[in-house]
Amino acid sequence: MPLTTPDTSVTPIVLRDGAVAIGGRPVLRGIDLTVATGEFVALLGANGSGKSTLVRALTGLRPLTRGDLRLFGVPSGDFDQWQRIGFVPQRSGAASGVPASVREVVSSGRLARRRLLRPLGAVDRRAIDDAIALVGLTERTGDGVGTLSGGQQQRVLIARALAGDPELFFLDEPTAGVDLHHQQVLADALGALKDRGSTVVQVAHELGPLAPLVERVVVMSDGRIAHDGAPADAPGHHDHGHHHDVRRHDHVPHVSSPLERDR
Amino acid sequence: MSPAELFSLPFMQRALLAALFTGVAAPAVGTYLVQRRLALMGDGIGHVAVTGVAIGLLTGWSPTWTAVVVAVLGAIAIELIRERGHTNGDVALALLFYGGLAGGVLITGLGNQSAARLQQYLFGSITTISAGDVVVTMVLAAIVIGVCVGLAAQLFAVAQDPEFARVAGLRVRFYNLLVAVLAAVSVTVAMRTVGLLLVSALMVVPVATSQQLSRSFRTTLGAAMLLGALASVGGLVVAAFASYQAQVAPGPTIVLLSLLGFVVTWPVGVWLRHRARLRTPFADEPLGHDVSDDHGHETHDHGPECGHVAVPHDDHVDYVHDGHRHAVHGEHYDEH
Repeated sequence: MPLTTPDTSVTPIVLRDGAVAIGGRPVLRGIDLTVATGEFVALLGANGSGKSTLVRALTGLRPLTRGDLRLFGVPSGDFDQWQRIGFVPQRSGAASGVPASVREVVSSGRLARRRLLRPLGAVDRRAIDDAIALVGLTERTGDGVGTLSGGQQQRVLIARALAGDPELFFLDEPTAGVDLHHQQVLADALGALKDRGSTVVQVAHELGPLAPLVERVVVMSDGRIAHDGAPADAPGHHDHGHHHDVRRHDHVPHVSSPLERDR
Repeated sequence: MSPAELFSLPFMQRALLAALFTGVAAPAVGTYLVQRRLALMGDGIGHVAVTGVAIGLLTGWSPTWTAVVVAVLGAIAIELIRERGHTNGDVALALLFYGGLAGGVLITGLGNQSAARLQQYLFGSITTISAGDVVVTMVLAAIVIGVCVGLAAQLFAVAQDPEFARVAGLRVRFYNLLVAVLAAVSVTVAMRTVGLLLVSALMVVPVATSQQLSRSFRTTLGAAMLLGALASVGGLVVAAFASYQAQVAPGPTIVLLSLLGFVVTWPVGVWLRHRARLRTPFADEPLGHDVSDDHGHETHDHGPECGHVAVPHDDHVDYVHDGHRHAVHGEHYDEH
């Protein structure tokens, strides 16, 4: 993987007094979070505590209703250095209506670094091959993503983020559905990133094999930061805080309000 | 009339050119629609475009261009509803579709045009296509193909995982609208070939056929374009020769020919997927194993030639055998 020396002069994430509302309901509020270059941060918390929402707000997928977010010193509204950010969403979008090979999905990770209408260059190809090798899927490169197991699909999504050679990683539950052996493979891959000086922000349910890498734990509870510090000091995060009554979309067509926005 | 004479007729040459270009363009957009699980979007745009054609017939403007305008507006509306709505906003889409169809039929009546005139656009009338229409068809189809192939990496990423694409800095909404507009353009391009009510078939069926056999997006896209071209040129030729015996419309022939392609490849796809499932490597589970009681091994030793399905398992191979997994272990077989 080509090494880029992370720029240490600017702090990757500075969020002041961040708040997020979904459909008018406040979900996150009063979030102050600064992540320095090279930190490995785990976001913990119960279901509905807002940890995924926080990652989505930090990546710009969910607008802030309040507060000031700077990525690498740039206000989030003006931020355009997307090649510095790698995002691993929760596994869901790996398979789609048309077959796609592992290599094709991972190639998407180079898009932030490619110009329009230019074919993949030698550097791109090498980065893609290295990323696939790092997650141990070299033998499945040409196979359809839909034919892989859940854990393998998760590794494809991680390889996709790795291929862009970013400095700041956001991972939303990367180990969900991955067996213990491959959690270790992932932990080794993330460890290699950490040694390289990358900054990692990761949503996790359980730390598992990742525990030795994590130097800072941010525990979310009911949309606020309940704890921020070293992993050893973290309170048990499983049973405190009350669960949100999360309203899911059902799949019944909504005849009464086809145009209403509810997200 | 001999085949040579038939193909030397100007109207037949125009029809062949139009069929070739629409046959390549429609599946190119169709691949992105199928990837987003919007296979029926082409059908919806086709319904909306009926109103556009009717406006053209009423006002005396070229129905092709009024259809392009209305179809593009309809496609943008569908995309915006999809982006904002629940699930796929399918009810809102239905409202739009039937509004478009009913509006088209109503306006055609108002303009005192016969239903037969509208029917040319509903089911295609490729042999009546004019030289000017052929040029428009070729130019529009070439634009559609150029964008679908040239921006394949971006369009693929946006359809595959919109959130990832956004964090990669792609303007997701722009690309979504672009696909909607391309779909609208190819619907109107194909309306003279297969007709507005059948256009979706030419966008979707070649894609469905090619993904039976392909593992990658690029192969699916390329094969779908090839199959689309074969089906529409082939369908036109079949219809031309069959019309000596009976009245055979090219539009439905093209659609049925591409469906035939799907029917032929589908069992192959089923077999390939079944085989792939059987041969998926077993996960390594550290649960120990029993020694097989050696039933049935008097007749043969398991090996590459024995005919039992061989599945990789960690560092060795298991032979699947009457619901058992046998692995060679020295003199005997282990049950894995």
